[in-house]
Amino acid sequence: MTIALSIENLRKVYGNGFEALKGISLQVEEGDFFALLGPNGAGKSTTLGIVSSLVNKTEGRVSIFGHDLEKDLVRAKMCLGVVPQEFNFNMFEKVIDIIVTQAGYYGIPLQTAHERAEFYLRKLGLWEKRNERARMLSGGMKRRLMIARALVHNPRLLILDEPTAGVDIELRRSMWEFLQEINEAGTTIILTTHYLEEAESLCRNIAIIDHGSIVQDTSMRELLLQLNTETFLLDITPPQQQLPKVDGYKAELLDDHTLQIDVERSQGLNNIFQALEAQQISVSSMRNKANRLEELFVSLVDKNLTQEKA
Amino acid sequence: MSAKELFVAFWTILTKEVRRFTRIWGQTLLPPAITMTLYFIIFGNLIGSRIGEMGGFNYMEYIVPGLIMMSVITNSYGNVVSSFYSTKFQRNIEELLVSPIPYWVILCGYVLGGVSRGLAVGFIVTLLSLFFTDLQIHNIAVTVSVVFLTAVLFSLGGFINAVFANSFDDISIVPTFILTPLTYLGGVFYSISLLPEFWQGVSMLNPILYMVNTFRYGILGVSDISIGFAYGMIILFIVILFSVSLHLLKSGKGIRN
Repeated sequence: MTIALSIENLRKVYGNGFEALKGISLQVEEGDFFALLGPNGAGKSTTLGIVSSLVNKTEGRVSIFGHDLEKDLVRAKMCLGVVPQEFNFNMFEKVIDIIVTQAGYYGIPLQTAHERAEFYLRKLGLWEKRNERARMLSGGMKRRLMIARALVHNPRLLILDEPTAGVDIELRRSMWEFLQEINEAGTTIILTTHYLEEAESLCRNIAIIDHGSIVQDTSMRELLLQLNTETFLLDITPPQQQLPKVDGYKAELLDDHTLQIDVERSQGLNNIFQALEAQQISVSSMRNKANRLEELFVSLVDKNLTQEKA
Repeated sequence: MSAKELFVAFWTILTKEVRRFTRIWGQTLLPPAITMTLYFIIFGNLIGSRIGEMGGFNYMEYIVPGLIMMSVITNSYGNVVSSFYSTKFQRNIEELLVSPIPYWVILCGYVLGGVSRGLAVGFIVTLLSLFFTDLQIHNIAVTVSVVFLTAVLFSLGGFINAVFANSFDDISIVPTFILTPLTYLGGVFYSISLLPEFWQGVSMLNPILYMVNTFRYGILGVSDISIGFAYGMIILFIVILFSVSLHLLKSGKGIRN
């Protein structure tokens, strides 16, 4: 098993004394699609900033594919592609020049750089815009440009810091497909996002960081198993004026055809359907009230906050 | 990175810099051409004709080397300070910092970008000066080497200014309050032999004096100071500023959190 990213006892204290990272440790395996989640100010961007050499660490050790950031920085950087949260390309440059210039920074000859730029710009639907100045692109196009730029040197590890922020749902889904495609082709991906359904559908492993500490580091499946109660919304027919009787479950009639039911992990769903059928009520559709990961995320962060206060 | 990859990276930064200042030639190449033409007309022709000879040459011939050097100094400095600060301001410095380019290559790329603009403007000003006087080059090796080293030195100065700058105001403070006075008092318009002894001594503390005089020696064959000493000073300053710039890049001062 090859470790793509290894972080050991990483600590960061800013000049004003704020301790952004309190000695975190983390490992991401090669080929993984890994989510690093946390509320604003939790330490995600600081962590990724240190890994990307944009932030100086205070203590700890970081290595990328076994290359220590202090001892073997050049090889470590060769393995890494970064898509930052904010647009950081020269807005006055042409799209093609931004990609080709970035390739040049990795020592890639001009002809190869142009070939790769064409490949990724076509893949991300930007080829027609190659001669436009970057500032003329829409927000979604700028996001895709940053992904193309980060991939031009074919990195083994790709860091995506909120890559779909402000992107419409259609474009977001096409970006998901593209990211899944490059992950399946072997690129390890670390993703931070505030769209938790994005993390749930894309990532296999997950770490949650809060107040500079890792509060969870496990597989997505394991994490979702920790969810004790799920809330479902059932569309029922015919319309009901009174709450149907569903013994053993906490239920609430939201309107005459929507029934909200809390289901604990030890309980099945069959009993609900049987109870409703006995009352000649049928279920036309059913959905989670909130994203499952979102529920867990909120409970974990709340729990951590309570512990910190205590 | 292999030597070839390093060269590609260096060449990428250099061509990016050249592309930048040629794209905005109306802000980078045209203004110094106009300013220097005005200097030639006003100080060289109109006032200079009444001044007579200086150092054995007519006044126009005497000031041309100084004015060429002045344009090289201000433009090599200005190119790096504005370009590198804009790179910081727009955060595309991050493109460089996440890449594997060694810091010395980044520095060389930016410095050579500044040198390119300085030399381009110097060449334009030299061409313009030919409309006003005949230039006879006394020593081509001295002329070329000193103009190149001076452009390197002030490009490094611009780089350090950009690293410390926190706003666009900060990139104009040094050129306005330090560089321009030192240039004007660096023997561009007069020979320091005209000054009282005390002020001659004070003038010797001005590094620009050495560059202007060495360049003037290359073109006219006259100088107020020792050429060997001037080269020594210029090279010493380059070594110091290069080391400081490299240290600032490595430590991440002003560019990394």
